[in-house]
This record gives sequence, structure tokens and C-alpha cells, in this order.
Amino acid sequence: MTAETIIQSLASGLLMGLLYGLIAVGLALIFGLMDVVNFAHGEFLMIAMYATFFLFAYFALDPLLAAPIVAAALFIFGAVVYLFIVRFAVRAKANTGMVQIFSTFGLAVLMRGLAQYFFTPDYRSITTSWLGGKTISIGGIYLPEPQLVGALIAIAAFAGLYFFINRTDFGRALEATREDAGAVALVGIDKNRVFALGWGLGAALVGLAGAVMAIFFYVFPDVGASFATIAYVTVALGGFGSVFGAFAGGIIVGLVEAVTTLVLPASLKTVGIYGVYLLIVFIRPRGLFGSI
Amino acid sequence: MDKAFASRRRRDLIVAACITAVAALVPLFVKDVYVQNIMVLTLMYAALSQSWNILSGYCGQISLGHALYFGLGAYTTALLYTKFGVLPWFGMLAGGLVSAVIAMALGYPCFRLGGHYFVIATIVIAEIALVLFQNWDWAGAALGIDIPVRHDSWLTFQFTRSKLPYFYFALVLAGIAWFVTWWLEDSKWGYWWRAVKDNPVAAESLGVVVFNSKMGAAAVSAFLVAIGGAFYAQFVSYIDPESVMGFQFSLLMALPAVLGGIGTLWGPMLGAVILIPLTELTRSYIGGSGRGVDLIVYGGLIIAISLARPQGLVSLFARKPKPVAAVVKEAVAS
Amino acid sequence: MTSLLETRNITQRFSGLTANSNVSISVGRGEIVGLIGPNGAGKSTLFNLIAGAFRPTEGTIIFDGEDVTDLPAAERCQRGIGRTFQVVKSFESMTVIENVIVGALVRNTVMREARRKAHEVLQFCGLDARADVRASDLVPSEKRRLEVARALATEPKLLLLDEVLTGLTPVESQKGVELVRRVRDTGITVLMVEHVMEIVMPLVDRAVVLDLGKVLLEGKPTEVVRDPKVITAYLGDRHAVGA
Repeated sequence: MTAETIIQSLASGLLMGLLYGLIAVGLALIFGLMDVVNFAHGEFLMIAMYATFFLFAYFALDPLLAAPIVAAALFIFGAVVYLFIVRFAVRAKANTGMVQIFSTFGLAVLMRGLAQYFFTPDYRSITTSWLGGKTISIGGIYLPEPQLVGALIAIAAFAGLYFFINRTDFGRALEATREDAGAVALVGIDKNRVFALGWGLGAALVGLAGAVMAIFFYVFPDVGASFATIAYVTVALGGFGSVFGAFAGGIIVGLVEAVTTLVLPASLKTVGIYGVYLLIVFIRPRGLFGSI
Repeated sequence: MDKAFASRRRRDLIVAACITAVAALVPLFVKDVYVQNIMVLTLMYAALSQSWNILSGYCGQISLGHALYFGLGAYTTALLYTKFGVLPWFGMLAGGLVSAVIAMALGYPCFRLGGHYFVIATIVIAEIALVLFQNWDWAGAALGIDIPVRHDSWLTFQFTRSKLPYFYFALVLAGIAWFVTWWLEDSKWGYWWRAVKDNPVAAESLGVVVFNSKMGAAAVSAFLVAIGGAFYAQFVSYIDPESVMGFQFSLLMALPAVLGGIGTLWGPMLGAVILIPLTELTRSYIGGSGRGVDLIVYGGLIIAISLARPQGLVSLFARKPKPVAAVVKEAVAS
Repeated sequence: MTSLLETRNITQRFSGLTANSNVSISVGRGEIVGLIGPNGAGKSTLFNLIAGAFRPTEGTIIFDGEDVTDLPAAERCQRGIGRTFQVVKSFESMTVIENVIVGALVRNTVMREARRKAHEVLQFCGLDARADVRASDLVPSEKRRLEVARALATEPKLLLLDEVLTGLTPVESQKGVELVRRVRDTGITVLMVEHVMEIVMPLVDRAVVLDLGKVLLEGKPTEVVRDPKVITAYLGDRHAVGA
């Protein structure tokens, strides 16, 4: 193992980490907004990937072009999920925590079943795209182009999100609703509208990630499951309630994954990530930057 | 007032005894092996879910990683038998003890975690264990363990020609899980668990050592689930990490309780009786080649129940609430 | 006769804020002591420190001759300190009697005994008729009484009441005051944090006034109420009389 291999590994880990962060930030946003963990988050990613694939298969649209379309579609989907399912789940008077967990869980299972039924369990992949399979050399390090562009999109998305939350009116409404959903009605903010838009935004971010990942990952009904767990771990590691935490968590997870692959057999890859999660959370029960 | 309570307790016991008696007679009339198989699985999941319910329903610590204990039970039995010739009956107990100890060892750091962090930790720990077993050569790694079936025997708890012994064992296990729950419900532990679930801070102020009660619930729950796992190993005679420690088991232990009513005495039983046959039947008649219909049914059912009846289906059998006028009158009088 | 509860030089600091500064108070057996003071005086902090919600930054707490400073809340309850919460924390999914049984289990580990004790306490607090009602279905004043009943079931030597009389109707307050008197009559010492002066002053034997984290004054309610320092603390300088 040379220094080169290690740097190479860390570099790709960093890129993947930024993508994980992009996947996780939607989850963090939704949680920060209304204290609900979207257990169907992996499935949101899955349909984003399928959407990208079908836009490619039927319209020969490159994933990069499809990305904004997929993000928009996921935005609508996220808002719909809130309005038709989650809104009722949070109203439950009994067992509120469990209802919330199981309702989005049920959605995840349902979506996976629907995907298997309509799309079959076959693995799909986007065979030709602008970035697919290409690498670029930066300072002697070879970086896969899809992941590189994905990482850049992730950074742009984070910057955009930061700006949006802190500098725009809607962003402030989001924050206000997060702090006190009951009180905002008094200032004329429709809590349901804010929540729906929050869900939409969170889903749209995952949509972007899905579009990029469809370039270099196989698309199949259960693909969401593996990334979902990583997303939860990422958010929890960074701390629930912190968007920045999701970003930091993603980078950590990406790097840990890269390092683990260097020292342990590939099959133990997840052990590294999960082990780090446990370690961090045992020392800091609210994750690194968590407020909840 | 106490008389009403005592009679309710007795009634539950009598109903359980009657149901058990009736259930015991069923295999004498139902000879179809396929149906018998479903019945065995239903009873097993009823037992598993009832046990899961102790920690996650009564004590409120939701675990989505209980497959760990199921798998530990299965592996302990299988390994002790195939490597050391230890009879499954002892293997079962060993599996139960190992799981209880591990549950407490994990509880020590995990119970400090709140809500979502805890749930994710349970998921992650089970996954780590799965991966470790997949890489553990002595335990068969990904290929798993084949339990050699020699001849039908209660000693080695193996039966090839009939499912009936498995049926009765599963019935007894379900009965034990139910009985343990019934007993603990009106005990110090039961009250502490429910207090911890509803409001741990208030519970502390009333002398409940929250940490200890969580540990107790974890140990009992893990022990029983492990025995279920040991049973499963003997039932299918072949285990591998994915088939006994996979996430689907964690899910299948939780769902019947969610459907029937988390934290209730009868909930997991009711849920299992509805969910498991439904799953198996949809899978065979419509599902077939993994086309996801069973998942669609599952998912739809879970969503429907969580939204429409979060207290679970048992609430349909609860006593009708008193009319408003009577409640108001009482409040004014006191 | 030694006091039942003594706090010695309690100082509590939360990152940058000193909530309690060198607070030393004592509560004698059988007394009803009122802990009063304007908002932000540090009453709740002191209250929670005595109850064991957290450890003081400095100082010790002696209860019944024993240093309990390092004991967590559950153990303090076992030693004989019972408390209510300002924002009622009933066990919502459990019935009234089940709530109280949880408290009774501290000293009555046999279920039958715990149940009997719970009924006794409910009768004492006037809630026996509502025994099988779910806590979530109670009206606010009943929930308050349930808080007290639950704490009483732990058979405390010292009962800490956190604003149990605040926000009640006149009729409810009177009943509440009677309840507190009856509690003391059974031999339990009471330390109560309160805001509503007119109700509390006739009830307590002694009042301790906190202001800005320190003990301002303590003494008989009639004296404390007239003290110019206390009036200033509550109403501001302009209202000070003959300072």
C-alpha cells in the first residue's frame, strides 16, 4: 500500500462522502423541521434513480440534464407524502413516536413492493452518459468524473441550502416553524404549507443525489435500502437537527468507508461505518452537532 | 374496583387457556402440510413479537435490531449441536442466556441514547453482527450451518415426517411468551416499564431506576427471542447469517405488534394471526417470483394501521368509553 | 431537633449564568416552608437541585442527616424526598390508579399492598372516584392532584411541591390548600415553590425569599411580606416603602 493508493482512496472517499451528505441532508432537513425521521428516505433515492434511468431509456436524456427534472418531480412527491401520510401520522395521540416511525416505514415497504411489481427486480444501468466511466486526473490523483461532479453538485446544494435557510423569507419561516410550530400560525404562517415545502425540499435534494448516482450505480428496487442506512447513520452521526451535521457526517462516513476498504476485506466495509457511528454516539449521545 | 381488576386478569388467563386448547386441536383436523407450515410460522412469530413487545412495547425502547437475538439463538443451538454434540434443548437455553447477556452488555451504552439514535443503533448493531457472522469461518461464514437430520427424535428435536411436534413446541413457546407478559403486566417490572415509556423523568422522581428497568426488559425480551431462533434452526435445519439475522426478521417481529397493538397483552398475538398467514398466502398465490405483492400488502397495511388505528387492532375489542355526561358528572362531584 | 433538609452553600452555574449563589436554607421537620421570589430568582433551580435532577456546581445537600448531594433522583425518592413537577408529568397511557401504583411500589413491593396503598392515597387526595380513568382524560386540576397523589404514594418524609397552586380557580385553590395542610398533618414536611402570595402566605409556617440567585430573606410570612427588600425585589425600586 503506497501513499498514492491511500490518497487516491481518501479522495474518492471524500467525493462519495459529499454525495452521502447530499442524500442525508434531506433527511436532516425534514427531521430538523418536524422531528420526524423519514424511514422511506432510501426509497426516495430509489425512485429518483429509476426516474433518471427511465428518462435515459425513453428520451435518451443524459442524467445531468435529467437531474433538475428529477429533483422537481421528487419535490412534488415529497410534498405529497407529507400532505397525504405524514400530516396524519404526527396527529396521532397514542404512541406518537412509533406511529411516526412505522408510517414512513410502511411507505418504504410499499414503495419497494411497487417498484418490484412495476419495474421487476432486474438490475438496470445507464450504459452511456456524458460522465459515465470517465476519470479525470487532478494533481496526479485519478478521480471518477461522476462522483466528482456529484460532489460539486453536493457542495453547491449545501451552499444553496445555507443561503436559502438563512437569507430568504421562506427559509426563516422554516426555522420559525421548526422552533415553534404552534406559534407560527399566530404570525400568519401556514404550518402545513411550510412542512409540505420542507418535505419537498428534502426530497428534491435526494432527487439530485439519485440522478447523479444513477450514472454509476445499478438501479434496482432494493437499492435504497443500503443507502438509507448510511443516510440515517450520517444524520445521526452529525446530530439530528443540524443540517451542517449531515454535511460533516457525510464526509466522515465517506472517509471511514474509504479507509475501511483499505484495511479490511470489502465485505466488512459497513462494519467500519457502523462502528464509527456507535463510537461517536456512545461518547456524544446527540451526535457531533446535534441539538435534539 | 379491585374485584373488577382481578376478574379481568382471571378472564385473560381463561381466554388464553381456551385458545390454547382449541389451537392444540387444530392440527388434528388440518392435515395439509402447507397450511400446517403456516400455522407453525404464525405461532413462532406470535411468540417473537410478544417477546419484542416486552422491550419495545411496554418499556418503549423501540428496537429494529432484534434479529440479532434471533440469530444468536439459532447459531448457538446449531453450533453447540454440530460442533459439540450438545442437545438442542440445552443449546436453546444457552442461546437464551447468551442473548440476555449480550442484550444487557449492549444496553449499557445504548440506553443512554434517546429515541431515534437508539433505534438506529439497534439496526446498526444487528447489521454488524450479520456481517461478522458472514465472515466467521468457524461458524460457516456465508454458507451457514447445515444441521444434520438423522431420525425423528424429541431428544435431538428433529422431525422429518411431521410438522406436528414443531407446531406444539411453537404453541407452547407462544403460550410462554404470552404468560410471561401477562405475569409481568401486573408486577413491579411491568409498572416500571410503562412509567419509563411514558415519562422517564417522572419515573425517576418516583424511585424507578430507569436504567435498570430497561436492562431487565432487554434481557427478558432477548432471552425469549433467542429461544424462538433456536426453535427456527431446528425447524428448518439449515441456517446462514442472512436467513436468521437479516433485517426482515427484525421487521417481522415488530409488525405484528404494531398491527395488533404495541404495549398490549393480546396485540402481538392478534397481529401475528392476521399478518403471517396473509403474508404467506399473498406470497404464494400472487407473489410468486418476488414481484413484491407481499410487500405492497405489508406496506399498505402498516400505513393504514399507523394512521387509522395507532393503538392497534386490539382497541377494537376494548370496552366502550363512558358517555360524556357521566364523565362530567363524576368530575364535578369529586 | 435537627432540620430535615439543609442546603449548604449551594451554587449552581450553567454556562455563563449563575442560577443559585451560596444558597443555604434549612427546613425543619413538620414545617411547611414556602420558597418564593420574583421570576428568575433561582427557585426552580434550587428546587430541582434538592430533588436530584442534577448535581450542584458547589455545595452540599443534607437530608435527614445524610449527604445526598451525589445521589440521583431515584435514590433520593427512596430516601424519602417526593416531588411534583410544575408542568405535570402524568403517565398518560396509564389510569389514575396505575399512576399512583408506580409511586407506591417504592415501599410496597407486593402488588396487592401497592394497590391498597394507592387506593388509600387516592382517597386522601379525593381522586378515588376517578381511579380507573386514563390520566390523559383528566382535567388539569385533577392532573395536579394526581401529581401530588403519586408523590405521596412514595411515602416521603419531605414533599416538594412545584407551583401546585398556580393557575387554579379560587375553589380549586382552597381545596389545594386544604390538601397541603392535611399532608402536613400526617407528619410530612412540605417545601413549596409558589407564586401566588395571597394563597401561600396564610399556608406556610416560614417563607424563604430568593432574588437573583441568592437568599434575600427568610422568616414568618407576615414579616417577609412587609419587608421593603422583598417588595423592591418583586416590584422594583419605585415601590419601596421606607427603605
